Amino acid sequence: MTHARRERWLAFLMVLPSIILIAIFVYGFIGWTARVSLSRWDGIRPDYTWAGLDNYKQLFAGGGSVAARRFAIDLWNTFFFTLLFLAACVVVGLLLAILLDQKIKGEGIFRTIYLFPMAISFVVTGVVWQWIFAPGTETRLRGVNALLHSVGLDALRWGWYTDTSSIGPFHVALIPVIIAAAWQLTGYTTAMYLAGLRAVPEELREAARVDGANEIGVYRHIILPMLQPITLSALIVLGHISLKIFDLIYTMTGRGTGFVTDVPGIFMFETTFQGNHYAQGATISIIMLLTVTLVVVPYLIYSFRREVEL
Amino acid sequence: MTRRLNPARIGIYMLLILFAILFLVPVYVLLASSLKAFAEVQDLSKLWRLPSGLHLESFRSAWFGIPEKGLRGLAPNLLNSLYLTVPATIISSMLGSLNGYVLCKWKFRGANVIFPLMLFGMFIPYQSILIPLTQTLAAIGLGGTLWGLILVHVVYGIPITTLIFRNYYAEVPTDLIEAARIDGAGILGVYWRVIFPLSLPGFVVVIIWQFTNIWNEFLFAVTLLQKPELQPITVALRNLAGSQIKEWNMVMAGALIAAIPTLLIYVLMGRYFVRGLLAGSVKG
Repeated sequence: MTHARRERWLAFLMVLPSIILIAIFVYGFIGWTARVSLSRWDGIRPDYTWAGLDNYKQLFAGGGSVAARRFAIDLWNTFFFTLLFLAACVVVGLLLAILLDQKIKGEGIFRTIYLFPMAISFVVTGVVWQWIFAPGTETRLRGVNALLHSVGLDALRWGWYTDTSSIGPFHVALIPVIIAAAWQLTGYTTAMYLAGLRAVPEELREAARVDGANEIGVYRHIILPMLQPITLSALIVLGHISLKIFDLIYTMTGRGTGFVTDVPGIFMFETTFQGNHYAQGATISIIMLLTVTLVVVPYLIYSFRREVEL
Repeated sequence: MTRRLNPARIGIYMLLILFAILFLVPVYVLLASSLKAFAEVQDLSKLWRLPSGLHLESFRSAWFGIPEKGLRGLAPNLLNSLYLTVPATIISSMLGSLNGYVLCKWKFRGANVIFPLMLFGMFIPYQSILIPLTQTLAAIGLGGTLWGLILVHVVYGIPITTLIFRNYYAEVPTDLIEAARIDGAGILGVYWRVIFPLSLPGFVVVIIWQFTNIWNEFLFAVTLLQKPELQPITVALRNLAGSQIKEWNMVMAGALIAAIPTLLIYVLMGRYFVRGLLAGSVKG
C-alpha cells in the first residue's frame, strides 16, 4: 500500500467511530421506530406483530377516536404555532437588527438583552411565562390579569393559555405560548440579520444614497433583498425547532384542557412513556420526522450544491 | 458624519429601550418573586411589586428542599447536570474536532456524502429515536444512568460539533498543512502540530455551544432518567414547578439557579456563543 493510500485509510478510520454511531443511533433507530409504528406494540412488553398502516389510519381517522381527534388538533396547533412564531421572530428580529445597525450608543448592552433568552433552558422559560400568563380566578387574579386589573384595563383580561375558545381551528390559548417561544428565539433572527447587515459593504449604501435614495429606500431596494438567504436559513432552523417543540409547552401549559395547547411532541411523549402505547407513539414520531425532513432535506441539498459551486 | 439627536434618532432609541424592557420582564419576575418571602408571594395584590426586602429563604428552600412538604432540593440535581454536561461536552468537542479536521482537509472518497448524512442527525426530532434508544440503553446496561445520558449527548452532538469545526478548519490555509507534510508529518502529526494548536477559538465556540445545549436539554433527560436523585436540574425544576403546592418564590429561585451557569457563560463570552449560534445554520 502506498503512503498516500494508507493515509486516506487512516483518515477514514478516524471518522469511522462517528460514522458507525450516527449510522446506528440516527438511521438504524429511525428504521427501528418506523418498524414499531407498523406493529401492534401496545403495552410495556415489545410486540412486533405486523400491523401494516393500521396505526397511521387510526391517527388520521376523521373524527373517530379520541386519539384521532387529538392528533388533528395537534396538527392544526403545530401549523398555527409555526406560522405565528416564525412571523414574530422574522419581523421583530429584522426590526431589532435594523435598529441596532444605526450606529447606536450602547449597542452591546441592547444586543446582550435581546439575545440572552437563547442561553437559558426552555424549561426555565416555560416556568416564568407560566407565572406571567396564569389567569388566576375572578377573585384572585394572577399574572398579567392582575396587572391589567390594577391599571383599570379589565376589559383586556382573558383566560390566556387556559382559554378553550378558538377562531376556526386556531386555539387562542396558543398566543401566550407563541409569545414565550418568540421571546426566547427572536434573538436568533436578530443575530442572523445583524451579521447580514454588517456584511453589506458601506460603499453599496453610499452609492444608493448618491443615486438619490433615502434611508428607507436604501433598505428596501439594496439591503433587504440581500438578506433573503438569511431569512431562508432562519426559517428552516426555527421552523424545524417549532415542528418538534416539546420542552417549552410541556413545562408551560402541558396539553391543556381540550388539547388547546397540545402538540405532537407532547402527544408522543405521553402516549409512549406514560400510556405505554408504543406503536402509536412511534407513529406520531415518524410523522413528525417526515414533516421535518420535508423542510430540512431540500435545504441541506440546496446548501451543499451552493458549497460545491463556490 | 456627525449624528445629532434628531426626532428619528430619538424614536430609534425609544423603540430599542421599549423592546429591552419587554425582554427583561421575565427577568424581573424571576428576581422579584424569588426574593420574596412565602407570605409575600402569596399576596396577590403585591404580585408585581418589588420584594419588601431581600428574603433569601426561597433560595435556601430551592437548594435544600422543604422535606416537611415533600419538596426536594435542587442541589443534587445541579451536581447531576454538571456530571452530565462536563464529560459530554469534552468528549463531543474532541470528536467534533477530529471529524471536522478529516472531513475538511482529508476528504476521502464518499466524504462529501457522509457529511450531509451526518448533519441530518442534528435536525431530526429526537422523538423519532427515543423508543429504540430506551430499549438499547436498557439492553447494554446503561438504562436510567447518567453514563447512558452522557453517551446520548455525545452521539447526538457529533453533527453540530463536526459542522462547527469543519467550517472553522476551512479557514486554516492549506499551505500550513503542506509545509508540515513536507517535514514528514502524517495525518495525525499534522493534527497535533498544526491544527490542534490553532483550534482554541474553535474549541471555545464548540464547548460553549455544547455546554449550553446539554445543560438546558430536557427531552432525553426526562425520558431516560426516572430516579429523582439522578435527574439533571431541568427535569427537577419542571417537577418542582408541576408539584401540587406551588411555592412560587421557591420555584423562581430554582429557575434562577438552573439558568445562572449558562447565563454567566453567555454574559462573559457572548461573542463565542453567537458564533456557535450562527454556525448552526449550516453555512456558518
